[in-house]
Amino acid sequence: MAALPTLAPMWVIAIPFIGAAAIAASHNHPRLRDGLGWLASIAFFVAVCGHIEPTMSGLGATQTLGELLPGVSIGFALEPLGLLFALIGASLWLVATLYAQSYMKHMDYPHLARFFACYAIALGAAAGMAFSANLLTLFIFYEILTLSTYPLVTHSGSEEARRGGRVYLFYLLASSVGLLLPAIIWTYAATGTLTFQSGGIVDGHIAPHWVPVLLGLFAFGIGKAALMPFHKWLPSAMVAPAPVSALLHAVAVVKAGVFTVLKVVIFVFGVETLSDTGAGIWVSWVAAFTIVAASLVALTLDDFKARLAYSTVAQLSYVVVGAMVATPLAVIGAVMQMAMHAVAKITLFFSAGAIQVASNRKKIQQFDGLGRVMPYTFAFMTVGILSIIGLPIFGGMWSKWYLLLGSLQAEQWIVVGALLISSLLNILYLLIIPLRGFFAPAAEGVPTEGLHEAPLAQRIAMGVTAGGCVLLFFYPEPLYELAKGLVL
Amino acid sequence: MTLTQWMPFIVLMPLILSGVSALLPGKTAPWLLAFATATASTILAALVWLGLGPEPMRYAFGNWAPPMGIEYRVDHANALVALIVSGIASLALLWGKRSADQEIPERQGIFYALFLLALAGLLGITLTGDAFNVFVFLEISSLSTYALVAYGQDRRGLLAAFRYLIMGTIGATFILIGIGFLYMMTGTLNMADLAERIPAVADTNAVRAGFAFIIVGLGLKLALLPLHLWLPNAYAFAPNVITVFLAGTATKVALYVMLRFIYTIFGGDYSFGALPLADIMMVLAVAGMVVGSWVAMFEPNLKRMMAYSSVAQVGYLVLGVALVSIIGLTATFVHLFNHALMKAGLFMALGTVMYRTGSARIEAFYGVGRQMPWTMTAFALLGLSLIGVPATAGFVSKWYLIWGALDAGQVWLVVLILITSLMAVVYIWRVIEAAWFQAPRDQQSPVAEAPKALLIPLWLMVALNIYFGLDTRLSLGAAEQAAQVLLGGF
Repeated sequence: MAALPTLAPMWVIAIPFIGAAAIAASHNHPRLRDGLGWLASIAFFVAVCGHIEPTMSGLGATQTLGELLPGVSIGFALEPLGLLFALIGASLWLVATLYAQSYMKHMDYPHLARFFACYAIALGAAAGMAFSANLLTLFIFYEILTLSTYPLVTHSGSEEARRGGRVYLFYLLASSVGLLLPAIIWTYAATGTLTFQSGGIVDGHIAPHWVPVLLGLFAFGIGKAALMPFHKWLPSAMVAPAPVSALLHAVAVVKAGVFTVLKVVIFVFGVETLSDTGAGIWVSWVAAFTIVAASLVALTLDDFKARLAYSTVAQLSYVVVGAMVATPLAVIGAVMQMAMHAVAKITLFFSAGAIQVASNRKKIQQFDGLGRVMPYTFAFMTVGILSIIGLPIFGGMWSKWYLLLGSLQAEQWIVVGALLISSLLNILYLLIIPLRGFFAPAAEGVPTEGLHEAPLAQRIAMGVTAGGCVLLFFYPEPLYELAKGLVL
Repeated sequence: MTLTQWMPFIVLMPLILSGVSALLPGKTAPWLLAFATATASTILAALVWLGLGPEPMRYAFGNWAPPMGIEYRVDHANALVALIVSGIASLALLWGKRSADQEIPERQGIFYALFLLALAGLLGITLTGDAFNVFVFLEISSLSTYALVAYGQDRRGLLAAFRYLIMGTIGATFILIGIGFLYMMTGTLNMADLAERIPAVADTNAVRAGFAFIIVGLGLKLALLPLHLWLPNAYAFAPNVITVFLAGTATKVALYVMLRFIYTIFGGDYSFGALPLADIMMVLAVAGMVVGSWVAMFEPNLKRMMAYSSVAQVGYLVLGVALVSIIGLTATFVHLFNHALMKAGLFMALGTVMYRTGSARIEAFYGVGRQMPWTMTAFALLGLSLIGVPATAGFVSKWYLIWGALDAGQVWLVVLILITSLMAVVYIWRVIEAAWFQAPRDQQSPVAEAPKALLIPLWLMVALNIYFGLDTRLSLGAAEQAAQVLLGGF
């Protein structure tokens, strides 16, 4: 790794943006456009990897651009949590590029240059959030991420897509402008700084009885974390093409939300302050409610992507629960959940898209018997589901394990209960899908003749992420060490 | 000649050259003269702004020593306003050549002469240190503006101009009566002199009445709710280049004069102590924010929609004043600067579409996003600035306003600022959805992208909006200086 160059953070972030401009400019040359897509994602991945060694040895790169407000600059500072988020995004972008280029062509979508350009901008914005040195920089990229994904959600241009896009934009903008921004300004007015510091910045600046209120403003204001009642945008975003749902609404956008929650808890409030005062407990109850409620809603949905969306809402709240309970073990679990869920859920969305390409089916009822036609797709789907449920030999087990330990340690029985119920519900509403696909007789009136597996590129993409789920079970140490370094 | 001796030429150049413009034939020559004049004023204003020391820059006309003679008196507050006004005039003209050629087919010499007169009037109001001189320049700018509004192709422009004339004259009369009261009580018209003499007679009804007349008169010019009725139609039916110019300048200058009277002449303690001015302003500002944004959400004519948005933005400006704090006043000045940039840019974008489609109604924008992608992308980016999305100029304004409100302990104001920002999302997004997602109407023939002559200045505005959202040293620094100068008195 030492051989890799360490670019200044700004240039790492600039790679996807420059790539987006190049992709947009090459809209009349499909081959060049696809080549540029690969080039941007590979260059970005290499550039992020170049930061692993310095950041993990405690020498994360820093960079300050112009001062935006008195005492607050636009600046970047790398630390392990941000690096993890950037790595998740960069590595899965590679896989998603393979998948998306195949998917978008098979589904005959128009305006592909615009699509891949916005796709790249979203990744760049996520990287900008990951590397931010302060809340303001993070907020700027947070909003760029919202706006750059709007054209992706509405890509098909249909009435349904427009309605979905409107809900998407309204929830994310309203929560961020209405709650997150005041929370940031409040922090600024009280402390005079917005720079992330380990141990937090608000301690001693805000009266103890106001801390839970400020924390609530942050938790709900970060709409991308999809805490109820600000979760509606996520199911609405499912009108987007499958690669968008996979990379953005299972990885980049939603992880950006929980990443921000973690960042705020660790570097603005301080883990110790929160676990000592218990200021976050009430938010963890809301998150526990979200876990159970979203799982129950998911049970009732027949549309595969919609069900996955509600599953994501529930899984995101796992991270929020961990962050708000704020015992060291719970935070470790939350950080690991960020990575584990990303790898597992992108597999599931890939499979949803693959089924659509191969058979044009979206409803779970129509999946009966399809597993025998598409064994690879359904096998990879099963791996992803088992990882989300949290069974061994799949990575998802570790994050559930630490979350549960952390909640037990804090004696948060409501949270413990929610986690257990949710695992059971997961079996009911997710595992049933491949089981029916493999074993149920083919649904009546829905012939399976003439159907075949998804295109090779999509199967490879699913195979890689499914393999990742297994790999993370056997080699969780780097992730664990990284998370431990954040809280101890 | 020293910079101080050059300073009056910021006003004199457009004033004198307007006569020359009226005599010029054709279309290119008068435009070129007007553009060159406005640019020269801008450069001079920038030099003056840069060259200012801690003391104000003073120039006595005809060597008649003040307080008898008329003097120009420039400090960081009015130098900034003069720079904004002349800069926006240059940008409006840079953009407006093609648009004006289309909308005003003949006698452009007169048109640009009126433009220069209006510019000279606005700059004169800004730079003068004499209260009566303010009134004179106010009339110069107002009269030429009435004529300019009436130049629009739409016949309803005549009625709008007439309404503007009536309302504007009432406002000017109020201001004149107010100045008359002050002259009666103090025997002087020089602002600095007034500031010295008023405290002795402050506790009289005549001074209080004079103050009230001036504030109401300026409130009319400023289009502060409920005195805003002239503005939407005047903006909507004026030629596009005039709308761009007015949106960035006219109300700003009125606000500056109001601040000058409140802080410099009467002094903050008197203004906010003798009358419940802060409370009145706060109520009206909030009403303007809410009503303006509300109407904008449903207005089918997009130029009128943007005009109502301006009513809301005037609310933000006045809100900053009503907070009566250094943060609030800084917010006002920085928003003065930023709003000029964003609203001039937005009207340019609308005007660019109108150059092709000929209509400002929302139906005429159906499907335009695909046909004029550069124009509508610029509109979207400027709209984001108006909403106050981070990394745009508008965000800095919103940040300071919210910070000022929090600093004053007024949480409900924070809530209202945020709600009205979300209303801005609604009215901007209406246009974006119409442009990109609505199919063009059947009878509408497809239009081509606008010519580069319109696009380049438009994108210059976009670049400025983003630049001042990222590098705020210039805009915030200037705003802070301006606020400090006003709070510090002359």
